[in-house]
Amino acid sequence: MKNVYLDYAATTPMDPEVIKEIEKHHRETYGNPSSFHKIGQNAAQILEKSRETVASLINAKKDEIFFTSSGTESDNLAIKGVAFKNKGRGNHIITSSIEHHAVQHTCQYLEKQGFKVSYLPVDEFGLIVLKELEETITNKTILISIIFANNEIGTIEPIKEIGEIAKKHDVIFHTDAVQTFGKVPIDVEEMNIDLLSASGHKLYGPKGVGLLYIRGHGVRKGWGKYIEPLLHGGGHERGLRSSTENVPGIAGFAKAVELCKRNMKEESEKLIKFRDKIIKEITENIEDVYLNGHYTKRLPNNVNLGFRYIEGESIILSLDVEGIAASTGSACSSKSLEPSHVLLAIGQKPEDAHGSLRITMGRYTTEADIDYFLEKLPPIIEKLRKMSPLKKGKKYMFDPTYETDHHH
Amino acid sequence: MYSEKVMDHFRNPRNMGEMKDADAVGEVGNPVCGDLMYIYIKIKDDRIDDISFQTFGCGAAIATSSMITELAKGKTLDEAMKITRDDIAGSLDGLPPIKMHCSNLASDGLRKAIENYRAKQKKELNIAKE
Repeated sequence: MKNVYLDYAATTPMDPEVIKEIEKHHRETYGNPSSFHKIGQNAAQILEKSRETVASLINAKKDEIFFTSSGTESDNLAIKGVAFKNKGRGNHIITSSIEHHAVQHTCQYLEKQGFKVSYLPVDEFGLIVLKELEETITNKTILISIIFANNEIGTIEPIKEIGEIAKKHDVIFHTDAVQTFGKVPIDVEEMNIDLLSASGHKLYGPKGVGLLYIRGHGVRKGWGKYIEPLLHGGGHERGLRSSTENVPGIAGFAKAVELCKRNMKEESEKLIKFRDKIIKEITENIEDVYLNGHYTKRLPNNVNLGFRYIEGESIILSLDVEGIAASTGSACSSKSLEPSHVLLAIGQKPEDAHGSLRITMGRYTTEADIDYFLEKLPPIIEKLRKMSPLKKGKKYMFDPTYETDHHH
Repeated sequence: MYSEKVMDHFRNPRNMGEMKDADAVGEVGNPVCGDLMYIYIKIKDDRIDDISFQTFGCGAAIATSSMITELAKGKTLDEAMKITRDDIAGSLDGLPPIKMHCSNLASDGLRKAIENYRAKQKKELNIAKE
Protein backbone atom coordinates (compact mmCIF):
# COMPACT_ATOMS: atom_id res chain seq x y z
CA MET A 1 0.00 0.00 0.00
CA LYS A 2 1.31 3.42 -1.00
CA ASN A 3 1.72 5.95 1.73
CA VAL A 4 1.92 9.52 0.48
CA TYR A 5 1.69 12.16 3.18
CA LEU A 6 0.53 15.54 1.85
CA ASP A 7 -0.73 17.11 5.06
CA TYR A 8 2.40 18.79 6.44
CA ALA A 9 0.40 21.84 7.54
CA ALA A 10 -1.48 19.62 9.98
CA THR A 11 1.70 18.20 11.41
CA THR A 12 5.07 16.89 10.26
CA PRO A 13 6.89 13.67 10.98
CA MET A 14 9.86 14.23 13.30
CA ASP A 15 13.26 14.34 11.70
CA PRO A 16 15.29 11.28 12.79
CA GLU A 17 17.98 13.64 14.10
CA VAL A 18 15.36 15.32 16.30
CA ILE A 19 14.19 11.96 17.63
CA LYS A 20 17.81 11.09 18.45
CA GLU A 21 18.29 14.40 20.24
CA ILE A 22 15.12 14.04 22.30
CA GLU A 23 15.94 10.45 23.24
CA LYS A 24 19.39 11.49 24.35
CA HIS A 25 18.07 14.25 26.58
CA HIS A 26 15.34 12.09 28.05
CA ARG A 27 18.13 9.77 29.13
CA GLU A 28 20.83 12.26 30.07
CA THR A 29 19.18 15.57 30.83
CA TYR A 30 16.44 14.62 33.26
CA GLY A 31 17.28 17.35 35.79
CA ASN A 32 15.02 20.25 36.66
CA PRO A 33 16.62 23.47 35.36
CA SER A 34 15.48 25.22 38.54
CA SER A 35 17.49 22.84 40.73
CA PHE A 36 20.71 24.07 42.29
CA HIS A 37 22.74 20.90 41.78
CA LYS A 38 24.85 19.94 38.79
CA ILE A 39 22.21 17.67 37.25
CA GLY A 40 19.72 20.51 37.35
CA GLN A 41 22.21 23.07 36.10
CA ASN A 42 23.16 20.80 33.23
CA ALA A 43 19.50 20.84 32.16
CA ALA A 44 19.46 24.63 32.54
CA GLN A 45 22.43 24.83 30.24
CA ILE A 46 20.74 22.73 27.56
CA LEU A 47 17.63 24.90 27.93
CA GLU A 48 19.58 28.13 27.44
CA LYS A 49 21.55 26.73 24.53
CA SER A 50 18.26 25.74 22.87
CA ARG A 51 16.89 29.22 23.47
CA GLU A 52 19.89 30.70 21.71
CA THR A 53 19.56 28.38 18.71
CA VAL A 54 15.89 29.19 18.29
CA ALA A 55 16.43 32.95 18.75
CA SER A 56 19.06 33.02 16.02
CA LEU A 57 16.58 31.80 13.41
CA ILE A 58 14.53 35.00 13.65
CA ASN A 59 17.23 37.48 14.69
CA ALA A 60 15.89 37.66 18.24
CA LYS A 61 17.81 37.90 21.48
CA LYS A 62 18.06 34.79 23.60
CA ASP A 63 16.06 36.25 26.49
CA GLU A 64 13.17 37.13 24.16
CA ILE A 65 12.29 33.49 23.52
CA PHE A 66 9.67 31.99 25.88
CA PHE A 67 8.94 28.28 25.57
CA THR A 68 5.34 27.12 25.82
CA SER A 69 3.46 23.90 25.15
CA SER A 70 2.06 24.77 21.71
CA GLY A 71 1.33 27.38 19.09
CA THR A 72 -2.15 27.69 20.55
CA GLU A 73 -0.77 28.44 24.01
CA SER A 74 1.58 31.03 22.54
CA ASP A 75 -1.31 32.75 20.74
CA ASN A 76 -3.35 32.74 23.95
CA LEU A 77 -0.46 34.13 26.00
CA ALA A 78 0.24 36.85 23.46
CA ILE A 79 -3.33 38.03 23.01
CA LYS A 80 -4.84 37.55 26.46
CA GLY A 81 -1.55 38.50 28.06
CA VAL A 82 -1.45 41.87 26.31
CA ALA A 83 -5.20 42.46 26.69
CA PHE A 84 -5.35 41.77 30.42
CA LYS A 85 -2.20 43.73 31.20
CA ASN A 86 -3.21 46.83 29.24
CA LYS A 87 -6.92 47.17 30.03
CA GLY A 88 -6.25 50.61 31.46
CA ARG A 89 -4.52 51.75 28.31
CA GLY A 90 -7.10 50.61 25.79
CA ASN A 91 -9.60 47.89 24.97
CA HIS A 92 -9.31 47.62 21.21
CA ILE A 93 -7.71 44.74 19.30
CA ILE A 94 -7.32 44.43 15.52
CA THR A 95 -7.05 41.05 13.85
CA SER A 96 -7.93 39.55 10.48
CA SER A 97 -10.88 37.46 9.38
CA ILE A 98 -8.60 34.58 8.34
CA GLU A 99 -6.84 33.82 11.61
CA HIS A 100 -6.32 30.34 12.93
CA HIS A 101 -8.93 29.40 15.54
CA ALA A 102 -6.29 29.79 18.26
CA VAL A 103 -6.32 33.53 17.57
CA GLN A 104 -9.90 33.92 16.37
CA HIS A 105 -11.54 32.14 19.28
CA THR A 106 -9.24 33.89 21.77
CA CYS A 107 -10.37 37.24 20.37
CA GLN A 108 -14.00 36.17 20.52
CA TYR A 109 -13.49 35.21 24.15
CA LEU A 110 -12.01 38.65 24.87
CA GLU A 111 -15.05 40.29 23.28
CA LYS A 112 -17.14 38.56 25.93
CA GLN A 113 -14.79 40.08 28.50
CA GLY A 114 -15.58 43.58 27.25
CA PHE A 115 -12.82 44.10 24.67
CA LYS A 116 -13.60 45.45 21.22
CA VAL A 117 -12.20 43.46 18.32
CA SER A 118 -12.02 44.53 14.67
CA TYR A 119 -11.81 41.63 12.20
CA LEU A 120 -10.21 43.05 9.06
CA PRO A 121 -11.63 41.68 5.82
CA VAL A 122 -9.24 40.31 3.22
CA ASP A 123 -9.20 40.50 -0.57
CA GLU A 124 -9.89 37.55 -2.88
CA PHE A 125 -6.32 36.30 -2.37
CA GLY A 126 -6.51 36.46 1.40
CA LEU A 127 -4.41 39.60 1.81
CA ILE A 128 -5.32 42.27 4.33
CA VAL A 129 -5.48 45.83 3.05
CA LEU A 130 -2.85 48.00 4.77
CA LYS A 131 -4.79 51.22 4.38
CA GLU A 132 -7.76 49.64 6.08
CA LEU A 133 -5.56 48.42 8.89
CA GLU A 134 -4.19 51.88 9.51
CA GLU A 135 -7.66 53.44 9.40
CA THR A 136 -8.94 50.94 11.96
CA ILE A 137 -6.37 51.95 14.58
CA THR A 138 -7.80 54.21 17.31
CA ASN A 139 -6.25 55.65 20.45
CA LYS A 140 -7.73 52.65 22.28
CA THR A 141 -5.93 50.08 20.10
CA ILE A 142 -3.43 48.03 22.10
CA LEU A 143 -2.79 45.06 19.85
CA ILE A 144 -2.69 44.02 16.20
CA SER A 145 -2.63 40.27 15.63
CA ILE A 146 -2.25 39.14 12.01
CA ILE A 147 -1.34 35.65 10.85
CA PHE A 148 2.05 35.51 9.08
CA ALA A 149 0.91 32.99 6.48
CA ASN A 150 -2.49 31.39 6.47
CA ASN A 151 -2.63 27.70 7.30
CA GLU A 152 -5.35 26.88 4.78
CA ILE A 153 -4.64 28.93 1.69
CA GLY A 154 -0.96 29.69 2.33
CA THR A 155 -1.19 33.43 1.65
CA ILE A 156 1.75 35.35 3.15
CA GLU A 157 0.64 38.67 4.63
CA PRO A 158 2.66 41.92 4.24
CA ILE A 159 4.21 41.48 7.68
CA LYS A 160 6.96 44.07 7.36
CA GLU A 161 4.47 46.74 6.31
CA ILE A 162 2.11 45.81 9.15
CA GLY A 163 5.05 46.06 11.53
CA GLU A 164 5.82 49.55 10.30
CA ILE A 165 2.23 50.69 10.82
CA ALA A 166 2.15 49.16 14.31
CA LYS A 167 5.42 50.86 15.22
CA LYS A 168 4.25 54.21 13.87
CA HIS A 169 1.13 54.10 16.06
CA ASP A 170 2.86 52.49 19.05
CA VAL A 171 0.60 49.43 18.99
CA ILE A 172 1.88 45.95 19.89
CA PHE A 173 2.14 43.66 16.89
CA HIS A 174 1.65 39.91 17.28
CA THR A 175 1.87 37.41 14.46
CA ASP A 176 0.94 33.73 14.44
CA ALA A 177 3.87 32.30 12.49
CA VAL A 178 3.10 28.64 13.13
CA GLN A 179 3.07 27.81 9.40
CA THR A 180 5.96 30.11 8.53
CA PHE A 181 8.59 29.58 11.22
CA GLY A 182 11.48 27.60 9.80
CA LYS A 183 10.06 27.72 6.28
CA VAL A 184 10.35 31.34 5.23
CA PRO A 185 13.03 33.81 6.44
CA ILE A 186 11.82 35.84 9.43
CA ASP A 187 13.61 38.81 10.98
CA VAL A 188 11.77 40.26 13.97
CA GLU A 189 13.93 43.41 13.91
CA GLU A 190 13.52 44.17 10.24
CA MET A 191 9.80 43.31 10.35
CA ASN A 192 9.07 45.15 13.63
CA ILE A 193 7.39 42.11 15.14
CA ASP A 194 6.74 42.38 18.90
CA LEU A 195 5.25 38.96 19.55
CA LEU A 196 5.52 35.84 17.41
CA SER A 197 4.05 32.37 17.96
CA ALA A 198 5.59 29.16 16.65
CA SER A 199 5.18 25.46 17.20
CA GLY A 200 7.67 22.57 17.17
CA HIS A 201 5.64 19.92 15.41
CA LYS A 202 5.12 21.93 12.22
CA LEU A 203 8.86 21.91 11.51
CA TYR A 204 9.83 18.27 12.08
CA GLY A 205 10.13 18.79 15.84
CA PRO A 206 8.09 17.33 18.69
CA LYS A 207 4.45 17.98 19.55
CA GLY A 208 3.82 19.68 22.88
CA VAL A 209 6.48 22.37 22.44
CA GLY A 210 5.91 25.89 21.21
CA LEU A 211 7.37 29.31 21.72
CA LEU A 212 6.43 32.92 21.97
CA TYR A 213 8.95 35.56 20.95
CA ILE A 214 8.40 38.56 23.22
CA ARG A 215 10.20 41.76 22.27
CA GLY A 216 12.15 43.27 25.14
CA HIS A 217 11.24 40.16 27.19
CA GLY A 218 7.91 41.79 28.05
CA VAL A 219 9.06 45.35 28.79
CA ARG A 220 8.33 48.21 26.39
CA LYS A 221 9.24 51.84 26.41
CA GLY A 222 6.28 53.92 27.56
CA TRP A 223 4.30 50.81 28.50
CA GLY A 224 6.41 49.12 31.16
CA LYS A 225 5.54 45.45 31.52
CA TYR A 226 3.08 44.76 28.75
CA ILE A 227 2.20 41.10 29.12
CA GLU A 228 0.37 39.23 31.87
CA PRO A 229 1.11 35.53 32.43
CA LEU A 230 -1.67 32.96 32.02
CA LEU A 231 0.03 30.32 34.15
CA HIS A 232 1.09 31.27 37.66
CA GLY A 233 3.42 29.17 39.74
CA GLY A 234 7.13 28.76 40.13
CA GLY A 235 8.00 31.75 37.99
CA HIS A 236 9.64 29.91 35.10
CA GLU A 237 10.39 31.69 31.83
CA ARG A 238 10.96 35.01 33.62
CA GLY A 239 7.67 34.66 35.41
CA LEU A 240 5.64 34.68 32.19
CA ARG A 241 5.07 30.95 31.90
CA SER A 242 5.32 28.87 35.05
CA SER A 243 5.78 25.13 34.50
CA THR A 244 8.89 22.99 34.75
CA GLU A 245 10.48 23.26 31.34
CA ASN A 246 10.17 20.33 28.94
CA VAL A 247 13.92 20.21 28.39
CA PRO A 248 14.11 17.17 26.06
CA GLY A 249 11.25 18.53 23.96
CA ILE A 250 12.80 21.99 23.84
CA ALA A 251 16.17 20.54 22.86
CA GLY A 252 14.36 18.64 20.10
CA PHE A 253 12.67 21.84 18.98
CA ALA A 254 16.07 23.55 18.84
CA LYS A 255 17.51 20.68 16.80
CA ALA A 256 14.57 20.97 14.41
CA VAL A 257 15.20 24.70 14.06
CA GLU A 258 18.87 24.06 13.36
CA LEU A 259 17.94 21.64 10.56
CA CYS A 260 15.39 24.06 9.09
CA LYS A 261 17.93 26.84 9.09
CA ARG A 262 20.43 24.63 7.30
CA ASN A 263 17.95 23.31 4.70
CA MET A 264 15.58 26.24 4.24
CA LYS A 265 16.76 27.50 0.88
CA GLU A 266 17.13 24.13 -0.76
CA GLU A 267 13.86 22.77 0.68
CA SER A 268 11.93 25.86 -0.27
CA GLU A 269 13.17 25.66 -3.88
CA LYS A 270 12.13 22.02 -4.11
CA LEU A 271 8.69 22.71 -2.66
CA ILE A 272 8.01 25.70 -4.89
CA LYS A 273 8.80 23.50 -7.89
CA PHE A 274 6.36 20.82 -6.70
CA ARG A 275 3.75 23.40 -5.73
CA ASP A 276 3.75 25.08 -9.12
CA LYS A 277 3.78 21.74 -10.92
CA ILE A 278 0.63 20.62 -9.09
CA ILE A 279 -1.15 23.93 -9.72
CA LYS A 280 -0.23 23.90 -13.41
CA GLU A 281 -1.10 20.25 -14.08
CA ILE A 282 -4.41 20.32 -12.27
CA THR A 283 -5.68 23.63 -13.56
CA GLU A 284 -4.73 22.60 -17.09
CA ASN A 285 -6.22 19.13 -16.99
CA ILE A 286 -9.34 19.42 -14.85
CA GLU A 287 -12.29 21.69 -15.59
CA ASP A 288 -13.97 23.99 -13.11
CA VAL A 289 -11.09 24.12 -10.68
CA TYR A 290 -9.52 27.22 -9.21
CA LEU A 291 -6.65 28.11 -6.92
CA ASN A 292 -7.47 29.44 -3.47
CA GLY A 293 -4.99 32.02 -2.24
CA HIS A 294 -2.26 33.96 -4.01
CA TYR A 295 -0.09 32.66 -6.85
CA THR A 296 3.21 34.09 -5.61
CA LYS A 297 2.67 35.49 -2.09
CA ARG A 298 2.27 31.92 -0.99
CA LEU A 299 3.95 29.41 1.31
CA PRO A 300 6.28 27.18 -0.73
CA ASN A 301 4.57 24.01 0.47
CA ASN A 302 0.88 24.92 0.11
CA VAL A 303 -1.61 24.18 -2.66
CA ASN A 304 -5.31 24.79 -2.09
CA LEU A 305 -7.68 24.03 -4.93
CA GLY A 306 -11.42 24.38 -5.22
CA PHE A 307 -13.32 21.80 -7.27
CA ARG A 308 -16.81 22.85 -8.25
CA TYR A 309 -19.84 20.52 -7.93
CA ILE A 310 -18.23 18.09 -5.46
CA GLU A 311 -17.59 18.00 -1.75
CA GLY A 312 -14.17 17.97 -0.10
CA GLU A 313 -14.52 15.17 2.39
CA SER A 314 -15.39 12.73 -0.36
CA ILE A 315 -12.26 13.88 -2.23
CA ILE A 316 -9.95 13.31 0.72
CA LEU A 317 -11.68 10.04 1.56
CA SER A 318 -11.11 8.83 -2.01
CA LEU A 319 -7.47 9.95 -1.85
CA ASP A 320 -7.07 8.16 1.47
CA VAL A 321 -8.25 4.94 -0.17
CA GLU A 322 -5.32 5.39 -2.59
CA GLY A 323 -2.92 5.97 0.31
CA ILE A 324 -2.74 9.75 -0.04
CA ALA A 325 -3.25 11.91 3.07
CA ALA A 326 -4.63 15.40 2.35
CA SER A 327 -7.03 17.89 3.89
CA THR A 328 -10.12 19.97 3.10
CA GLY A 329 -11.93 23.08 4.28
CA SER A 330 -15.27 21.34 3.92
CA ALA A 331 -17.63 21.48 6.86
CA CYS A 332 -18.20 17.77 6.57
CA SER A 333 -14.71 16.90 7.69
CA SER A 334 -14.67 19.29 10.62
CA LYS A 335 -16.04 18.81 14.08
CA SER A 336 -17.96 22.06 13.88
CA LEU A 337 -19.83 21.30 10.61
CA GLU A 338 -19.04 24.83 9.50
CA PRO A 339 -17.30 25.44 6.18
CA SER A 340 -13.90 27.10 6.47
CA HIS A 341 -14.13 30.71 7.65
CA VAL A 342 -11.01 31.42 5.59
CA LEU A 343 -12.62 30.37 2.31
CA LEU A 344 -15.75 32.34 3.15
CA ALA A 345 -13.59 35.38 3.98
CA ILE A 346 -11.94 35.33 0.55
CA GLY A 347 -15.42 35.58 -0.92
CA GLN A 348 -16.33 32.01 -1.76
CA LYS A 349 -19.88 30.80 -1.85
CA PRO A 350 -20.50 28.19 0.86
CA GLU A 351 -21.29 25.49 -1.74
CA ASP A 352 -17.88 26.09 -3.32
CA ALA A 353 -16.08 26.27 0.02
CA HIS A 354 -17.20 22.67 0.58
CA GLY A 355 -15.18 21.51 -2.43
CA SER A 356 -11.69 22.55 -1.38
CA LEU A 357 -8.62 20.35 -1.27
CA ARG A 358 -5.47 21.35 0.62
CA ILE A 359 -2.17 19.73 -0.28
CA THR A 360 0.78 20.62 1.95
CA MET A 361 4.20 19.17 1.25
CA GLY A 362 7.45 18.99 3.16
CA ARG A 363 10.92 17.61 3.70
CA TYR A 364 10.14 14.02 2.77
CA THR A 365 7.90 14.74 -0.23
CA THR A 366 9.38 13.38 -3.45
CA GLU A 367 8.69 14.02 -7.11
CA ALA A 368 7.33 10.46 -7.27
CA ASP A 369 4.79 11.36 -4.56
CA ILE A 370 3.61 14.33 -6.59
CA ASP A 371 3.35 12.26 -9.76
CA TYR A 372 1.39 9.57 -7.93
CA PHE A 373 -1.01 12.19 -6.59
CA LEU A 374 -1.38 13.78 -10.03
CA GLU A 375 -2.16 10.38 -11.50
CA LYS A 376 -4.77 9.45 -8.87
CA LEU A 377 -6.64 12.73 -8.52
CA PRO A 378 -8.32 13.24 -11.94
CA PRO A 379 -10.31 9.97 -11.97
CA ILE A 380 -11.47 10.69 -8.41
CA ILE A 381 -12.77 14.12 -9.42
CA GLU A 382 -14.42 12.62 -12.48
CA LYS A 383 -16.13 9.86 -10.51
CA LEU A 384 -17.45 12.23 -7.82
CA ARG A 385 -18.69 14.65 -10.44
CA LYS A 386 -20.54 11.84 -12.17
CA MET A 387 -22.20 11.11 -8.86
CA SER A 388 -23.13 14.73 -8.16
CA PRO A 389 -26.46 16.27 -9.20
CA LEU A 390 -24.69 19.63 -9.51
CA LYS A 391 -23.45 20.20 -13.04
CA LYS A 392 -21.98 22.95 -15.09
CA GLY A 393 -24.66 25.18 -16.55
CA LYS A 394 -27.44 23.07 -15.11
CA LYS A 395 -29.89 24.78 -12.84
CA TYR A 396 -30.39 22.54 -9.88
CA MET A 397 -33.42 22.43 -7.74
CA PHE A 398 -33.22 22.45 -4.05
CA ASP A 399 -35.60 23.42 -1.41
CA PRO A 400 -34.10 26.31 0.55
CA THR A 401 -36.68 25.77 3.28
CA TYR A 402 -35.54 22.21 3.84
CA GLU A 403 -33.97 22.01 7.23
CA THR A 404 -32.32 19.07 8.80
CA ASP A 405 -31.95 19.06 12.53
CA HIS A 406 -28.20 19.58 12.47
CA HIS A 407 -27.62 22.57 10.35
CA HIS A 408 -26.66 25.47 12.55
CA MET B 1 -13.66 6.65 10.96
CA TYR B 2 -16.15 4.89 8.66
CA SER B 3 -17.21 1.21 8.80
CA GLU B 4 -16.14 -1.19 6.07
CA LYS B 5 -19.70 -1.24 4.75
CA VAL B 6 -19.77 2.54 4.43
CA MET B 7 -16.45 2.43 2.59
CA ASP B 8 -17.74 -0.33 0.31
CA HIS B 9 -20.81 1.71 -0.66
CA PHE B 10 -18.70 4.85 -1.00
CA ARG B 11 -16.21 3.16 -3.29
CA ASN B 12 -18.73 1.11 -5.26
CA PRO B 13 -21.98 3.02 -5.12
CA ARG B 14 -25.04 0.98 -6.18
CA ASN B 15 -27.64 2.39 -8.57
CA MET B 16 -25.81 5.63 -9.10
CA GLY B 17 -26.81 8.09 -11.80
CA GLU B 18 -29.65 10.15 -13.15
CA MET B 19 -32.79 8.26 -14.25
CA LYS B 20 -34.13 9.99 -17.31
CA ASP B 21 -37.54 8.28 -17.33
CA ALA B 22 -38.17 8.34 -13.58
CA ASP B 23 -41.77 8.50 -12.36
CA ALA B 24 -40.73 10.85 -9.55
CA VAL B 25 -37.72 12.50 -7.96
CA GLY B 26 -37.10 13.44 -4.34
CA GLU B 27 -34.59 16.17 -3.55
CA VAL B 28 -33.24 16.86 -0.10
CA GLY B 29 -30.43 18.87 1.39
CA ASN B 30 -28.85 22.08 0.33
CA PRO B 31 -25.46 22.54 -1.31
CA VAL B 32 -24.83 25.51 0.96
CA CYS B 33 -24.74 23.05 3.85
CA GLY B 34 -22.64 20.58 1.91
CA ASP B 35 -25.21 17.90 1.05
CA LEU B 36 -27.62 17.58 -1.83
CA MET B 37 -29.33 14.33 -2.72
CA TYR B 38 -31.64 13.36 -5.59
CA ILE B 39 -33.52 10.04 -5.36
CA TYR B 40 -35.16 8.83 -8.59
CA ILE B 41 -37.87 6.16 -8.55
CA LYS B 42 -39.78 4.11 -11.10
CA ILE B 43 -43.00 2.52 -9.90
CA LYS B 44 -44.74 -0.63 -11.10
CA ASP B 45 -47.82 -2.10 -9.37
CA ASP B 46 -47.33 0.13 -6.35
CA ARG B 47 -43.80 -1.19 -5.89
CA ILE B 48 -40.41 0.44 -6.38
CA ASP B 49 -39.38 -1.16 -9.63
CA ASP B 50 -36.21 0.85 -10.09
CA ILE B 51 -34.35 3.42 -8.04
CA SER B 52 -31.21 5.49 -8.44
CA PHE B 53 -29.47 8.43 -6.82
CA GLN B 54 -27.21 11.41 -7.40
CA THR B 55 -25.45 12.95 -4.43
CA PHE B 56 -23.22 15.92 -3.69
CA GLY B 57 -21.79 15.35 -0.24
CA CYS B 58 -19.40 13.60 2.07
CA GLY B 59 -18.62 9.89 2.28
CA ALA B 60 -21.56 9.24 4.58
CA ALA B 61 -23.98 11.10 2.30
CA ILE B 62 -22.88 8.98 -0.67
CA ALA B 63 -22.95 5.68 1.23
CA THR B 64 -26.41 6.29 2.71
CA SER B 65 -27.75 7.20 -0.75
CA SER B 66 -26.35 4.01 -2.18
CA MET B 67 -27.68 1.94 0.72
CA ILE B 68 -31.24 3.20 0.46
CA THR B 69 -31.44 2.16 -3.17
CA GLU B 70 -30.68 -1.39 -2.06
CA LEU B 71 -33.10 -1.27 0.87
CA ALA B 72 -35.98 0.19 -1.14
CA LYS B 73 -35.82 -1.77 -4.38
CA GLY B 74 -38.81 -4.09 -4.74
CA LYS B 75 -40.61 -2.76 -1.67
CA THR B 76 -44.20 -1.50 -1.80
CA LEU B 77 -44.55 2.25 -1.45
CA ASP B 78 -46.01 1.86 2.07
CA GLU B 79 -43.08 -0.30 3.11
CA ALA B 80 -40.57 2.07 1.58
CA MET B 81 -42.14 5.03 3.39
CA LYS B 82 -41.28 3.32 6.67
CA ILE B 83 -37.52 3.12 6.08
CA THR B 84 -35.84 5.29 8.71
CA ARG B 85 -32.47 6.98 9.13
CA ASP B 86 -31.65 4.40 11.78
CA ASP B 87 -32.44 1.55 9.37
CA ILE B 88 -29.93 2.97 6.90
CA ALA B 89 -27.25 3.62 9.51
CA GLY B 90 -27.82 0.11 10.92
CA SER B 91 -27.47 -1.51 7.49
CA LEU B 92 -24.15 0.30 7.10
CA ASP B 93 -22.90 -0.99 10.49
CA GLY B 94 -23.30 2.47 11.95
CA LEU B 95 -22.20 6.01 11.14
CA PRO B 96 -19.97 8.35 13.14
CA PRO B 97 -22.23 10.24 15.60
CA ILE B 98 -21.60 13.60 13.94
CA LYS B 99 -22.81 12.17 10.61
CA MET B 100 -25.99 10.57 11.97
CA HIS B 101 -28.08 13.63 11.37
CA CYS B 102 -26.15 15.70 8.90
CA SER B 103 -25.50 13.30 6.09
CA ASN B 104 -28.17 10.70 6.67
CA LEU B 105 -30.79 12.25 4.43
CA ALA B 106 -31.55 9.36 2.11
CA SER B 107 -34.73 8.18 3.84
CA ASP B 108 -36.08 11.74 3.68
CA GLY B 109 -35.18 11.83 0.00
CA LEU B 110 -36.99 8.59 -0.72
CA ARG B 111 -40.09 9.67 1.18
CA LYS B 112 -40.09 12.91 -0.74
CA ALA B 113 -39.86 11.01 -4.04
CA ILE B 114 -42.81 8.80 -3.05
CA GLU B 115 -44.84 11.80 -1.92
CA ASN B 116 -44.13 13.52 -5.22
CA TYR B 117 -45.18 10.36 -7.06
CA ARG B 118 -48.43 10.09 -5.09
CA ALA B 119 -49.24 13.76 -5.60
CA LYS B 120 -48.69 13.33 -9.32
CA GLN B 121 -50.94 10.24 -9.38
CA LYS B 122 -53.68 12.10 -7.58
CA LYS B 123 -53.46 14.98 -9.99
CA GLU B 124 -53.60 12.65 -12.99
CA LEU B 125 -56.58 10.84 -11.46
CA ASN B 126 -58.39 14.14 -10.97
CA ILE B 127 -57.67 15.14 -14.55
CA ALA B 128 -58.99 11.76 -15.72
CA LYS B 129 -62.18 12.23 -13.63
CA GLU B 130 -62.81 15.59 -15.18
